[in-house]
Amino acid sequence: MKVPLSWVREYVDLPAAAAHEVAERLTAAGLKLESIESFGYDITNVVVGRVLTVEELSEFKKPIRYCSVEVGEAEPRWVICGATNFVPGDVVPVALPGATLPGGFAVGSRKTYGRISDGMICSARELGIGEDHSGILILPADTPIGADVVELLGLRDDVLELEVTPDRGYALSVRGVARELATSYGVPWRDPADVEIPATAEESYPASIADPTGCDRFVLRRVDGFDPKRPTPMWMQVRLTRAGVRPVSLAVDVTNYVMIELGQPLHAFDWSRLSGPITVRRARTGEKLETIDHVVRVLDEGDILITDESGPISLAATMGGVDTEISDVSTELVIEAAHFSATAVARMSRRHGLVSEASRRFERGVDRELPPIASWRAVRLLAELGDAVVVPGVTDVSASAPPTVITMPADHPDRVAGVAYGRETVVRRLADVGCAVSGEDVLTVTPPTWRPDLTDPNDLAEEVIRLEGYDRIPSVLPHAPAGAGLTEPQRLRRRIGRALAGAGYSEVLAYPFVGERDLDALQLPADDPRRVAVRLLNPLSEDEPFLRTSLLPGLLKTLVRNVGRGFHDVALFETGLVYRPRPGAPERAPILSVDRGPTPEEVASVDAALPDQPFRVAVVLCGEAERSGWWGSGRQVSWSDAVEAARIVAREAGVELEVRADEHAPWHPGRCAALYRGDVLVGHAGELHPRVVEAYGLPPRTCAMELEPERLGARAEGVAQAPRVSPYPVAIQDVALVVPAETPVAAVAAALAEGAGELLESVRLFDVYTGEQVGEGNKSLAYTVRFRALDRTLTAEEITAARDGAIARAAELTGARLRGA
Amino acid sequence: MTSHYDPVEVTPLHADELARTVDDALAAVAAAKDLDDLKQVRLAHAGDRSPIALANREIGALPPAARAEAGKRIGAARKAINEALAARHDELERERDERVLVEERVDVTLPWDVRPRGARHPLTTLAERIGDAFVAMGYEIAEGPELEGEWFNFDALNIAPDHPARSEHDTFFVGSADSGRVLRTQTSPVQIRALLDRSLPVYVVSPGKVFRTDELDATHTPVFHQVEGLAVDEGLTMAHLKGTLDRFAEVMFGEGISTRFRPNYFPFTEPSAEMDLRCFVCRGASASPGAPPCRTCKSEGWIEWGGCGMVNPRVLIACGVDPSRYSGFAFGMGIERTLMFRHNVEDMRDMVEGDVRFTLPFGMEV
Repeated sequence: MKVPLSWVREYVDLPAAAAHEVAERLTAAGLKLESIESFGYDITNVVVGRVLTVEELSEFKKPIRYCSVEVGEAEPRWVICGATNFVPGDVVPVALPGATLPGGFAVGSRKTYGRISDGMICSARELGIGEDHSGILILPADTPIGADVVELLGLRDDVLELEVTPDRGYALSVRGVARELATSYGVPWRDPADVEIPATAEESYPASIADPTGCDRFVLRRVDGFDPKRPTPMWMQVRLTRAGVRPVSLAVDVTNYVMIELGQPLHAFDWSRLSGPITVRRARTGEKLETIDHVVRVLDEGDILITDESGPISLAATMGGVDTEISDVSTELVIEAAHFSATAVARMSRRHGLVSEASRRFERGVDRELPPIASWRAVRLLAELGDAVVVPGVTDVSASAPPTVITMPADHPDRVAGVAYGRETVVRRLADVGCAVSGEDVLTVTPPTWRPDLTDPNDLAEEVIRLEGYDRIPSVLPHAPAGAGLTEPQRLRRRIGRALAGAGYSEVLAYPFVGERDLDALQLPADDPRRVAVRLLNPLSEDEPFLRTSLLPGLLKTLVRNVGRGFHDVALFETGLVYRPRPGAPERAPILSVDRGPTPEEVASVDAALPDQPFRVAVVLCGEAERSGWWGSGRQVSWSDAVEAARIVAREAGVELEVRADEHAPWHPGRCAALYRGDVLVGHAGELHPRVVEAYGLPPRTCAMELEPERLGARAEGVAQAPRVSPYPVAIQDVALVVPAETPVAAVAAALAEGAGELLESVRLFDVYTGEQVGEGNKSLAYTVRFRALDRTLTAEEITAARDGAIARAAELTGARLRGA
Repeated sequence: MTSHYDPVEVTPLHADELARTVDDALAAVAAAKDLDDLKQVRLAHAGDRSPIALANREIGALPPAARAEAGKRIGAARKAINEALAARHDELERERDERVLVEERVDVTLPWDVRPRGARHPLTTLAERIGDAFVAMGYEIAEGPELEGEWFNFDALNIAPDHPARSEHDTFFVGSADSGRVLRTQTSPVQIRALLDRSLPVYVVSPGKVFRTDELDATHTPVFHQVEGLAVDEGLTMAHLKGTLDRFAEVMFGEGISTRFRPNYFPFTEPSAEMDLRCFVCRGASASPGAPPCRTCKSEGWIEWGGCGMVNPRVLIACGVDPSRYSGFAFGMGIERTLMFRHNVEDMRDMVEGDVRFTLPFGMEV
């Protein structure tokens, strides 16, 4: 809402405060200042002149005029002018030598087009009034010659742009802003809606309301003999322009002017184009209306229509119809001022994509008592400025609307704010906003008609607290009960993030939007459950309408971006939710009641329609895991780095992962590890499939891991158990076993450990060998096995027995034989 | 004792023999090239099996009258050897320090970046820091789904279907427009879940991801993060809200940094306020006429930080909480915005794109 301060000052005697001080008051009252624009302060020495003579200079490429202009001095001034829209006798603004125009533009006496130009005749834009630069600004013929143009047109002004929140519809008017300022400064004001209207029993035009839920007040007034050629006076054009409304014609400008001043949207019909009585009703299926923007709109049954015998003529509060639109020959006008349902207007506005000054006001609530007043003000202005005659009589149809009455303990605002205002202050402040208040300890409060937002005791508390000032609220720290700190899953997520960052991964937060192309690029089979994704109704891009079912697409795209920006060794991780629809889940979540708490069953009925949203962690990496450098050559990333990333995560959860070979998209079928905790599959890791690498344009051999930490479960022992640290010496045995090449190493180590018994301290694989010496199709695994007892030094016999036990178990379970045996 | 007397065995105690033993030892000590050599020499000439040690063992075989004198000579011989060893050790050690360690010198300014560095995203760590500030005040961290029931995201928060606030939210709808499911546009639905799941009083804070249909540019992103706080208890007032946010401001930005309230409107709070933070860089000084400008607060002295208010009793009712007994306050702020002014981030896209150059300098915590 843009408000010229001069307009506000017309109704409230503000102290001579600077504009930003006034704005601060409004901000403190809840009308937040967006910006202040000052006009006219930089304009000097522009006066009213009358063109006496015009000499056309034809020797130049464009028409140039040399004019003599009477400016209230002894002699006329001679000036060069490039515009041609004026004739001798016209009254125009003249910038005299020494004048300055907006932007600091200085006007001097100078030689141009071979003549001395002793000043400049100005257009509207040159005076900072509007955008019109098509010609000279022609002033009314009776404007006093020599008068200061800035004073005369009220060009010196400050315009406050205010952000009006949805609850303060009344502030979308000069009236509302003036009221807030009067309260804030504690000064009297004059309500522009407080006007005497002659009583009449006559109707101005037959009308009725068919659906009071859509419109509960409908007022029509009429003027005859309006002169459509009469221009809008300059002062009104200036005010409208400053308020952000483009002047159009006198009739339209008057309706806009009254809307901005009072907050009541108005609509003007051409009386001669109406046929029969007007009815306000909802639209019927299949009805259409061509609106003034020449769009034929198919109407919805929820739309509120103004209709006559010809059918729909206007879409209430949003846009009028083209058939009854006033034109530059309309002389008989019908002015409509109505009160429409806020929710119905909101729906219409959204449905038709029509947001207008009128719809914004109706959505936020308009004073139901304004229609007869605003329409009266409009017809009076049309009479005054457009030579119209007000046709006696008014049509004022209304449905009954019982006033809102709120009962509230007088100390309720005190208890909300934590400030002792006292009953007297509460009552005074409620009166300031226009409430009728009665009662002692319990107040009965009737809010004014312009405050439909006031419905609850807390609404009234807010009025008292804001008018007393939010800065009066003290700062008191409440005593929350002792909390339990972070939960274990919350702590685990933090540990995972720290551990992966410590291992060289950088965290990213990618968008969760994916497209069919991603699912294909990942080489997911047609029946892969990750292809079952949540689809957005209104995605930002039709290419990415789904929510992710895996963290990998976002990570891979981020990896490509980093590589494209010149980074070749990149390791990234992300943690976050994926969205996995549940088969057979309902398509719709019910909207529950809000007048009571929901039952657990009702909450469950909403949750049942939501997809599973498990928390995941994933990594991607490419380039060198260990860099080459002066110390020697480095090491490319490999599947094993991805598996190790999973182990890092598992370690933070305090559990061991079991790794099994798997074939699972998007991984390389021979380099893909399925990650298990016991029998629970928690995720996958390994090198990506070459086709995935190609589809995303990734560096070759890019690796990835994704797992679901919640599936890791908790460590079996609950909390970590302290080991017994033996003071006795260790016995170290090296064991080389030959197994068939396809035997998984993990199985051999597990068998060794199992067979070694309780003396075992650790088993570590230190070499893998294939070659002639171990035979075709075999591999040799070299282990260091460490034995130690808690309570004694092991004897040679004990050590041998344990070692032989280990080898025997490995032979039994994996067919391993001792190398060289 | 004399029954074990065996004159042959005492040869090592002869003066000549002993002198030769000492001479051999001293010569070996002098010949030792380095500390390792000397260690061998020490073993050979002063160790348990060295000639002098063997000689010492023979003392017991001497007649008692001769023992004292032999002991004295052995002691002197030992002393001579040990002194020579010590002196040579000092000498060799000095030599090593002067020569060998100098020869082994390396350029310690060589870089060592074998392992690439990693980092956590500053939005994550900032959210954790904010969470920790409230956990220290006794709050717990609450969570909820990102794809949320419309009832939780709007209706229960007193945003009726045709409320202007609903269209301002630029919501991502899931499936169809009437599916009752949306990507949450705010973290406020977690308030509702907290009130339904927990027993009163409730003091929770909930950081999380939220979604609006804004295109990505320097100041907007369709996916961003908010943190929301909620306290519902008996007797809570706006003064408690102010006290909580002032404390929070101090924890995040330093002692003496406070907040300011301006009236605003949110459907789920009444009264509602916009919350400004005292500029933690200029502390408000830049707002005075003639003062040097401040780029953090654009010389306004205050930074817009978030919204807050007293929980609208209608919200309490929708959660089955009796508003005549309980009251509450709620507040929320954008984590991106907080990161932007706290760490001088100039472009929203930097936080979104995942460029490692942006993330790495933030390390493990912000």
